[in-house]
Amino acid sequence: MHKRELTVTDLVDESLKRIGQVDDSIKAFLTVDEEGARAEAAKQDAAIGDGEAKGLLFGIPAGIKDNIVTKGLRTTCASKLLENFVPIHNATVVDKLNAAQSVTIGKLNMDEFAMGGSNENSAFFPTRNPWNTEHVPGGSSGGSAAAVAAGEVYFALGSDTGGSIRQPAAYCGVVGLKPTYGLVSRFGLVAFASSLDQIGPITRTVEDAAYVLQAIAGHDPLDSTSAKVEVPDYVSALTGDVKGLRIGVPREFIGEGVDPEVKDAVLSALKVLEGLGAVWEEVSIPHNEYSVATYYLLASSEASSNLARFDGVRYGVRSAGADSLLDVFVKSRSEGFGDEVKRRIMLGTYALSSGYYDAYYKKAQQVRTLIKRDFDNIFEKFDLILGPTAPTPAFRIGEQIDDPLTMYLNDIYSIPVNLAGVPGISVPCGFNREGLPIGLQLIGKAFDEPTVLRAAHAFEQATDYHKRKPNL
Amino acid sequence: MTVTLKDVEHVAKLARLELSDAEKNRFTEQMNAILKYAEKLNELNTEGVEPTTHVLPVMNVMREDKARPSWPLEEVLANAPEEEDGQFRVPAVLE
Repeated sequence: MHKRELTVTDLVDESLKRIGQVDDSIKAFLTVDEEGARAEAAKQDAAIGDGEAKGLLFGIPAGIKDNIVTKGLRTTCASKLLENFVPIHNATVVDKLNAAQSVTIGKLNMDEFAMGGSNENSAFFPTRNPWNTEHVPGGSSGGSAAAVAAGEVYFALGSDTGGSIRQPAAYCGVVGLKPTYGLVSRFGLVAFASSLDQIGPITRTVEDAAYVLQAIAGHDPLDSTSAKVEVPDYVSALTGDVKGLRIGVPREFIGEGVDPEVKDAVLSALKVLEGLGAVWEEVSIPHNEYSVATYYLLASSEASSNLARFDGVRYGVRSAGADSLLDVFVKSRSEGFGDEVKRRIMLGTYALSSGYYDAYYKKAQQVRTLIKRDFDNIFEKFDLILGPTAPTPAFRIGEQIDDPLTMYLNDIYSIPVNLAGVPGISVPCGFNREGLPIGLQLIGKAFDEPTVLRAAHAFEQATDYHKRKPNL
Repeated sequence: MTVTLKDVEHVAKLARLELSDAEKNRFTEQMNAILKYAEKLNELNTEGVEPTTHVLPVMNVMREDKARPSWPLEEVLANAPEEEDGQFRVPAVLE
């Protein structure tokens, strides 16, 4: 670009052209901001060669999950209730991307309010997996992962409450990073479960993930749960050197319930890292089997409280049939929310209701402590935890939609990471016989993204899975 | 503990949701399945274990009590389903 062989307009044109070619079949986008993207590109092109320092992500086309608010650009959370909602401010991460000068191409599909693991819970349409459009892209950041895998944008932002960045990244054969809780501001992320939610990048390579994280990480006074930590240089952490790195492999992650092809791919990945000089031992997360139950009680409880704000009064769609104020609340919510959202609000309201609070909510918070301690114990001796991102590759659309509990169990290896608040990345580590991608998960200590990224990058550079592209 | 249809109706009322009969029946069945699975947690003795509400060691986060600019009224009201005289309009609360 500095040689003017390529302009920002070229990149944006390419992205829009690709969307025009493939998005009818992938359905990753809910809103494409063609006009805004072209205007930003023209503005940036005019500034090339002006001698001013350019942003870290200068000219790079990006997509944003539709639960991250964008000023003047419709933000729906893939819900009918917010079908017409146009935010009046940007999320902090969007301001940071703008400062880094990436170009927002549009807003990406998701499970409604980030509740789900398949994108089938979008109120508008399901996104499809670019590797096989009969399969789900995963979720809830399914549109983000599919858009990156299909080459529609260079990177996307997603959000991860129980695996919603890593699992779709694994299903779509791309890189997905859930940062440490508190590293990236949640201001302007429509809250689902506030003690677990975290925004992170979905990219084609680990290096790209390091760049995007660099742009969005850091303390934000507008988010009271934002951590006051120094942001390290993530890109320079990618040294390729993993000699002596100590990896713990939890037996619970490679035991019963893992698809044999996933297990083979993950163990082969471990051999690659061992070949690069890392050392490993089997370890245990004794309370892992309790993580899904813990998560669904906590996340649903927090969601039932967070989603109380959607009442049809100040924004969103108000029911046309409401005659009283109570009717405005009840009818707008009942008509606006989809099945999974209602189910979780019901579950959370029940768990928090009088007489059940101690038995469900408090109990789950105590078990969360036990799960966090399991991680603390492993990290006393090890630098990283390695395992699969999800038990299976992407399943077929419609296969699990009637069975919420089975759907929830897809998150058994990603959920404990959110409960412990530590960072986790998914990198492509193989394909099954049907050609569907498999994801390797690397989990690090709190705020030790440099080690997570370094190991993921070393593995990626030693393999070629990230170079393969779906036929579209 | 078993969730009954009556419990579901009560919880729906608390959550400000109006459910169809089909939804009530389905949620009763599904909530029972999920809560039965959650009973796994009772296998663990958690006596004396501190609950984790939050992984970060942050308590109260304060800022200086100083007025900052607010958003302009017309922007705040731009998404309102109904507005009147700079206020959100809702159906009459009192008869």
